Amino acid sequence: MAKVPVQFTLNGSEKAEFIDSGTTLLNALRDKIGDTSPKGGCQQGTCGACSVIVDGELRLSCLTLAETCNGTAITTTSGLAEGGVLHPLQRAFLDTFATQCGFCTPGMIMAAKVLLDHTPNPSRDEVVEALSGNICRCTGYEPIIQAVLTAARANSQNAA
Amino acid sequence: MALALQTFATVRDANAALKAQGTRYLGGGTLVVRAANEGDVAVSGLVRLTDPALSAIAVAAGKIRIGASVTMAAVARHPELGALAKAARAVGGPAVRNMATVGGNLFAPAPYGDFAVALLALDATITTDDGELPIEAFLSGRDSSRAIVTSVGFTLPKADGFRFLKVSRIKPKGVSVLSIAAVIEQAADGTVSSARIALGCMADRPVRAKAAEEALKGKTLDRNGIAPALAAAAEGTTPITDPIASAWYRAEVLPVHLGRLLLS
Ligand SMILES: Cc1cc2nc3c(=O)[nH]c(=O)nc-3n(C[C@H](O)[C@H](O)[C@H](O)COP(=O)(O)OP(=O)(O)OC[C@H]3O[C@@H](n4cnc5c(N)ncnc54)[C@H](O)[C@@H]3O)c2cc1C
Ligand code: FES
Ligand code: FES
Repeated sequence: MAKVPVQFTLNGSEKAEFIDSGTTLLNALRDKIGDTSPKGGCQQGTCGACSVIVDGELRLSCLTLAETCNGTAITTTSGLAEGGVLHPLQRAFLDTFATQCGFCTPGMIMAAKVLLDHTPNPSRDEVVEALSGNICRCTGYEPIIQAVLTAARANSQNAA
Repeated sequence: MALALQTFATVRDANAALKAQGTRYLGGGTLVVRAANEGDVAVSGLVRLTDPALSAIAVAAGKIRIGASVTMAAVARHPELGALAKAARAVGGPAVRNMATVGGNLFAPAPYGDFAVALLALDATITTDDGELPIEAFLSGRDSSRAIVTSVGFTLPKADGFRFLKVSRIKPKGVSVLSIAAVIEQAADGTVSSARIALGCMADRPVRAKAAEEALKGKTLDRNGIAPALAAAAEGTTPITDPIASAWYRAEVLPVHLGRLLLS
């Protein structure tokens, strides 16, 4: 089948690739572009491990076709650290032991990032709601909720 | 298996492309891409539309028109669709709501289709290039319907006239045990003058609880008044059985939840 071009910015840098039509964004990112931070868990939209941010909105990359992302700005967890310094969410996930096997972590961090981008000081319920599409089989969720609340506090202290 | 995606600017061209064997329309893709990922070989090509009219929400004099490509997230945050926010937020988690469209929800098989349940209670009109259809007729013919749905239209009921309830085991997000939407109008003395009640998961697609609607007429919304409606709630339904609940369970709990909704 003929290849089709896709072009978008990924974590601030321009990407252009030729892919098979119908390739999911998850497969394009991992197999073509080499960003393996989004994880393929279920490929059914249920686990959230593949979550990425497209033009400021949380998306499931396993159910998104890469061609529909032409011209968009995509953020993945691999783009969060700056100059070797972890993003406050990444720092908080480590500090509060919110990551065990780590498979759900990039998706959790994406979901948490969109939340904090819109709601810098979320309530616990808002955090639970924001993470409700992401499954974790290790931590029991509580440390993840605490990590997001901790990162929110760190952010607001920095801003103050 | 690879899927070929074709993108069109007009509904007419996209409808023409959909005539080819094995092609399906791509809304948000939460069901159709999922089917392809699961290995559904019946889908070999997808057709997509970029017409911005399909992403528009128009509110004028109480009349609402929602484009078929509008997402659940867009409905939930629209300031004038507050009455519908609960039904839109009932669909999946945040990422699913950013993708799931109103058009796609009309085709979602039970246990999905929570928003379509709301649209059925609202007596929405479904628009395609072939014309307009009342939602009930649309839903019963949807398996053979090929034309792209472009928008849905309805009149917003008076304040508090619209009620919605989704019952799920996992909070805050989870697949429906059942969902119920109702548009209830009351006369000055408080008795019910008209009722439209729609049920999700009580058949393979949203259905109306017509016996319950009839039984409510002229009654007051209190425990005694609603009792005949609750007794008739499951009449004519054929609930689904899935890993969430059996058909028997769904029929057993329907009156309980309908009662809560009517007394709320
Ligand atoms: C994890 C997960 C959780 C979910 N939870 C819920 C839930 O709680 N409640 C719920 O109701 N649903 C749920 N869904 C199902 C689904 O996301 C929604 O029903 C959604 O609204 C479907 O819309 P879509 O645009 O993604 O459909 P698509 O997958 O794009 O399309 C579905 C079908 O409808 C057809 N179609 C789509 N749009 C049109 C149109 N405009 N005209 C003609 N045909 C069209 C397509 O060809 C396809 O056959 C869930 C899905 C996932 C993956
Ligand atoms: S891999 Fe996308 S939701 Fe599980
Ligand atoms: S840390 Fe293992 S799945 Fe969440």
